Amino acid sequence: MREPLLIEKSKKGRKAYCFPPLDLPRGFDQALPSLPKELSRQTDARLPEVSELDVVRHFTNLSKMMHGVDNGMYPLGSCTMKYNPKISEHIACMEQFTQMHPLQDSSTIQGCLSVMYNLLEDLSSITGMSWGSLQPCAGAHGEYTGLKMIRAYFRKQGALQRNKVLIPSSAHGTNPASAAMNGFEVVTIQSNAEGLVDLDDLRSKLDDSVAALMLTNPNTLGLFETHITAIADMVHASGALLYYDGANLNAIMGMARPGDMGFDVLHLNLHKTFATPHGGGGPGSGPVMVNDLLRPFLPRPDIQLTDSAYVYQWEGEDSIGKVSLFWGNFLVMLKAYVYILRMGSEGLRAASAHAVLNANYLASQLKDYYPIPYGQRCMHEFVSSLQKLKNEYGVTAQDAAKALIDKGYHPPTMYFPTMVSEALMFEPTESESIETLDDFIQAMIEIFEQAKTDASILKNAPVTTVVGRLDEVKAVKEPKLRY
Amino acid sequence: MIYPYIPHTDEDRKRMLASIGADSLEELFSHIGEDLLLSDSVPISHGKTEDEVQRLINSIAQRNVKGIPFLGCGCYDHIIPSTVKALSSLPSFVTAYTPYQAELSQGLLQAMYEFQSMICEITGLDVANASLYDGANAASEAAALMIGAKRKASVVLVSRTLHPFTLQVLQTWAEGTDNSLRYLEEKDGVLDASMLESLLDEQCGGLIVQTPNRYGLLEDYTGFADLLHEKGMLFTICSDPLSLAIQKSPQEWGADIAVGDTQSLGLEMAFGGPSCGYMAVKQELLRRLPGRLVGASVDKQGRRGFTLTFQAREQHIKRERATSNVCSNQALAALMTSIHLSSLGWDGMVEAARQSYVKAHYLAYHLAQLPGMTLVWDKPFWCEFPLVFSDAKHMRKFLQELRNEGIWAGVRLAQLTRQAKDELVLLVAVTEKRSREELELYLAAARRVMK
Repeated sequence: MREPLLIEKSKKGRKAYCFPPLDLPRGFDQALPSLPKELSRQTDARLPEVSELDVVRHFTNLSKMMHGVDNGMYPLGSCTMKYNPKISEHIACMEQFTQMHPLQDSSTIQGCLSVMYNLLEDLSSITGMSWGSLQPCAGAHGEYTGLKMIRAYFRKQGALQRNKVLIPSSAHGTNPASAAMNGFEVVTIQSNAEGLVDLDDLRSKLDDSVAALMLTNPNTLGLFETHITAIADMVHASGALLYYDGANLNAIMGMARPGDMGFDVLHLNLHKTFATPHGGGGPGSGPVMVNDLLRPFLPRPDIQLTDSAYVYQWEGEDSIGKVSLFWGNFLVMLKAYVYILRMGSEGLRAASAHAVLNANYLASQLKDYYPIPYGQRCMHEFVSSLQKLKNEYGVTAQDAAKALIDKGYHPPTMYFPTMVSEALMFEPTESESIETLDDFIQAMIEIFEQAKTDASILKNAPVTTVVGRLDEVKAVKEPKLRY
Repeated sequence: MIYPYIPHTDEDRKRMLASIGADSLEELFSHIGEDLLLSDSVPISHGKTEDEVQRLINSIAQRNVKGIPFLGCGCYDHIIPSTVKALSSLPSFVTAYTPYQAELSQGLLQAMYEFQSMICEITGLDVANASLYDGANAASEAAALMIGAKRKASVVLVSRTLHPFTLQVLQTWAEGTDNSLRYLEEKDGVLDASMLESLLDEQCGGLIVQTPNRYGLLEDYTGFADLLHEKGMLFTICSDPLSLAIQKSPQEWGADIAVGDTQSLGLEMAFGGPSCGYMAVKQELLRRLPGRLVGASVDKQGRRGFTLTFQAREQHIKRERATSNVCSNQALAALMTSIHLSSLGWDGMVEAARQSYVKAHYLAYHLAQLPGMTLVWDKPFWCEFPLVFSDAKHMRKFLQELRNEGIWAGVRLAQLTRQAKDELVLLVAVTEKRSREELELYLAAARRVMK
């Protein structure tokens, strides 16, 4: 079932929407001069001309060629594909929020400001930090903002030589990219045999040229950095700061706090941990949270609560300034706030406890088939290696992943982190029941058996989707990027 | 307490813990260390039921006041067809992740391909990405692209007439790095073109301008592209994409890069976010483009399909050598823009832009007759114009009186720039959505205050 491009259905004269006629006094329109010729557009753009039903069928059919959390299990590692509550969506459609302009007089948007202020208070409690900013639109944007603040902090100290950011080899690609965007030199820290930060390597690289160490904890292997307090002491003793990538906060929410571990600044992914939907890749929201040391450097404006009202606070000479056009992705913040209200303190703790329970259960059932090179117990996710399967039967991590598609599941994250060869990274989240997990385990075991008996099925997967594996080389060699 | 979002029963927990070989949930966290483990829950409120949350939110929502918005400055109240909400809310779009698994994500990939195509058509340029965070961040990505594209470049020339917040985001971008901004000053409400040549030197990677600019005025870039290209520099134009239905396109001005925000194409105001940044470039800049890009290819059976492509530009492959750190973008917002444009067609887009133009001029024409306020610069504008008051007292009174009638009369420019020179400037935006009745209401109130 193929869906044509809408432009391929276009027919001159069809309309999917009609504007009301211009209702100004007769003659005004005629008397009004058009734009001067030298400022006017000369060429028409080709957009579809279709009926309303054409539009509806087109996008409805496209939505059928998708798999979301609402369709089935989505154990994509490091992405926390948990259930997105419907009440959050419902509330984010309320006119009293969607019809608000960002530059309305602050007396007329006290509701919006109270949501943002209270969300910041809750996130401060959850992370153990002093305060934050909701302006960053995504996790990588939060990293960019946090590193800007670190840069501003050291400039204020006169420590201009602190130009390096240390990043473990297992870190998400956004970490080094964000550091580079801020003009930092990236230095990779090795992992030890247990998959944790190699303390000796870290020690040897910490000197007065280092601005920060960026850590994800638990790391991308799903392992908690057990020496985190010692790491924090080492980093601080050298005069550098400690950055927390909150991508994996779903493992420890309500159980432990980055602030208590000694982190100076962090970003969260509201679209992961706080159950707002990923929307096919965005919009997300990536708040930055800081301790007292970095608080003066937060983006502006801040929101403050005075005796009578919530107000914008633009003052503060140390602020790094603005990082978004307005205040950030407000509707995403609103959904996260609703989630926190629903779950409450005990609920958030329970979410993390069950996310870790589900991951360990899945690991315990899969490890005999798909070995897990690092760690005895995991946190919210774990990484298997299919190297042995590849050596013996020629079946790769990608083959197994594509075969899962035919069984109705979204595959786990593939080939990351790179320290595990033929990696599959599983993160079931707390949302899945034991029955769903058992079915998934069964599917994974079937794939394991098929690798031995009939690997061609796996090599040819998927066959149940509208297209099979696409020729990615052709996509680059003969680029077709638009109609 | 039982949580609807956590399906585990006591029996499930027991069975799972037994399989793992653990005695309790707590045991799974034992390696964190007692000094770090919280003994109690964090100090936020207890969980609430759906009904309780809805009531609480209702009371919060009541503290937001809805008025008739004549507010713009990068966020506008345009008409949005009902198809946009209905189709963009389909759960398999909403609850999917980034389409890394192409076979399972053809729907969104195709919609993004159509989005890219329509952005190319509207800007006139060759290649568009699948969205960036917002218009301001798209401008800083353009700045980074221009510096990266020219050897030894470290300076970006920016017009003082950019949206004040775009300028502030660019300033943050440059701060603390080896890159810096140089300013093309303003003259009579538009950039001072006579200064351009004198500001271009070896270090300069290119120029960023905006039209309609921060005042809503349209700018003339005659000769800019040739001058910049002669010196090996690039030219970026920021535009409200709806304005491009009637004003000259970036391609027609000879620009290499077009950026902006698609909020005016199908996105609600939503207190400023999510909106959706766009970026289109000429073919030769393809490999420097930041963010995700969807391309068409075929499978083994020759069936057409769509996939993320040219990923060797991106952070998950290139890490610190990527063209940008951007990962999550604004996909669902871009989908809304796609549905909006598919519903309007080109004729509809021209109609919305044209009606906005006519209605804005109707209001401006009548306001200009009143004492105490002037349209200072005699320059072409589209749907937004600057009104300058003779004194602060009248301006305050004007805003207050109109607010009392439920009219948000405009944005004080000083609210954005916090500069004394802008204290008396009010930016008034009028879209096709403002009815005649609403326009007359505004005028009647204005006449009462400014007599």
